[in-house]
Amino acid sequence: MPGAIYAEGLVKTFGDVRALDGVDLDVPEGTVLGLLGPNGAGKTTAVRCLTTLLRPDRGKAIVAGVDVLKHPNEVRRSIGLSGQFAAVDEYLTGRENLHMVGQLYQMRAKQAKVRAVELLEQFNLTDAADRPAKTYSGGMRRRLDLAAALVVSPPVMFMDEPTTGLDPRNRQQLWEVIKQLVSGGTTLLLTTQYLEEADHLAHDICVIDHGKVIARGTSDQLKARTGGERVEVVVHEREHIETASEVLRGFGKGETTVEQHTRKLTVPVTGGAKLLAEVIRELDTRGIEIDDIGLRRPTLDDVFLSLTGHHAEAEDEANGVVEDAKGPKRKKEDTK
Amino acid sequence: MSAVTDAVPTVAPGGFLGQSVRDSLVVAKRNLIRMSRIPEMVIFGLIQPIMFVVLFSYVFGGSMNIGGSTESSTYREFLMAGIFAQTVTFATAGAGAGIADDMHKGLIDRFRSLPMARGAVLTGRTLADLVQTALTLLVLAVVALLVGWRTHTSVGEVLGAFGLLLLAGYAFTWIGALIGLSVRTPEAATSGGLIWLFPVTFVSNAFVDSSRMTPWLQHVADWNPFSATVQACRELFGNPGVSPSDAWPMQHPVWASLIYSVLIIVIFRTLAVRKYRSATA
Repeated sequence: MPGAIYAEGLVKTFGDVRALDGVDLDVPEGTVLGLLGPNGAGKTTAVRCLTTLLRPDRGKAIVAGVDVLKHPNEVRRSIGLSGQFAAVDEYLTGRENLHMVGQLYQMRAKQAKVRAVELLEQFNLTDAADRPAKTYSGGMRRRLDLAAALVVSPPVMFMDEPTTGLDPRNRQQLWEVIKQLVSGGTTLLLTTQYLEEADHLAHDICVIDHGKVIARGTSDQLKARTGGERVEVVVHEREHIETASEVLRGFGKGETTVEQHTRKLTVPVTGGAKLLAEVIRELDTRGIEIDDIGLRRPTLDDVFLSLTGHHAEAEDEANGVVEDAKGPKRKKEDTK
Repeated sequence: MSAVTDAVPTVAPGGFLGQSVRDSLVVAKRNLIRMSRIPEMVIFGLIQPIMFVVLFSYVFGGSMNIGGSTESSTYREFLMAGIFAQTVTFATAGAGAGIADDMHKGLIDRFRSLPMARGAVLTGRTLADLVQTALTLLVLAVVALLVGWRTHTSVGEVLGAFGLLLLAGYAFTWIGALIGLSVRTPEAATSGGLIWLFPVTFVSNAFVDSSRMTPWLQHVADWNPFSATVQACRELFGNPGVSPSDAWPMQHPVWASLIYSVLIIVIFRTLAVRKYRSATA
């Protein structure tokens, strides 16, 4: 039996661009799939096809047991959609927005009103319930948007980059909400550019690039595929780089990379903490003063880099954000 | 899987038509709340026709010849049906801008992901615009009475004229809806919704005696749906009008106005709803 969200061979082209080039997905009931990829990878197109907003050129999609192409309106009863392109009416109050969405989900007016009150409470918006949404902060608006998607407690949820543009505190809050939701049995498909987010929330991860799924598995499986851990050393004196490099060569299982300007050396290793202690002792014996040393496990960004040959957020350079090897761990706000 | 779908709390809507009406009213209410929170939009919508009344009646009033009369009071009575009709058609721009704004902000995507009637978002918007148009007409009629406009027929006929005006205005908002769905920004919808209205409203009998136009232009004016509504209103208000030409819509303006409006609604509603179903922000 297919999962709560199932897609087979989805293809969607816009002119010459193949936004989706044969995407297969299978999300078991009650789990979270993180759809990961850079801007323009096809994440949003995939969500739009699965939520009945866009008709794929080819392929099959089943959501909550219903064929998306044959019975779109039935699918709409069972899904909630939130994120970068779902929205709230900024001139309506929070309460009015939820009331309207409830009625359009075909709830009775009275039932919709009661549900709005519940959701406002749950999303910590009771105090702001009767203010127009345009007076809300970015985080409050996202919460209202998410609440609107949850009006009928749909069994299947889609969130398209739910935390893009949020500050770290609001992002944490939203993550908590999402975790609660999933613990209640909701099936969720989440797209994100933040590898940390997928790592945090998703049971399974699907990496897509140029409309194709290029890898799938759990976060750990993907990391294991990329290879093991590395020792990273930052020496205090530039003159010591040469010697330190020699030391690392002795312990390493591969080529040592050196960044001259940051005085940082990196080498792949096996042996974990025990080996790290040996490295430290050896460096100490040679009289090399170090600023920082650590054992680094691969992040999802490393996974992405090894799969695609570019960083997950490389495309953001066009928006004025400087790419950085550790980039995804830093918060990049206002890129939207 | 059936256990999952059963968990969705929905009420059985009263059939397809019942759901359409209900959803449309929910969306109309939403748009009316919006309008009440942006009163400046409503006020600007009022200022413009009032300005036209004053400008046309005082600037052009003295130099117009209507059915042999050059009295400016005659022109004022002649003019009002034209201004009323022009005002209702200008609602096109508001509908277009509103829908383009909803597209732009992602609201159309939200609506399209909901299990609601397909035409309800657009119908709701056009109904809200109809309410606004009715308000505008009311204020405009008061201003018109103040500058000397009078009707010379029964109450029923006068109300009939306003009914025709509202229907024409409603028809034009569907053109606006299609424009709003077709452009990229609300700004484009506003200008795109207005620009073609100038030739439509000026190449007509609204402001001048169209029998004095070049023959081919007169022909266009006679068959212009807009002229039919203007002519029908003049007839129903008992206001001085141009000597009607032989063209069928000018001979039977009330019927012509009705038929034109219904045709516009049928054609543009169909096109707009089809466009809505495949709309992408």
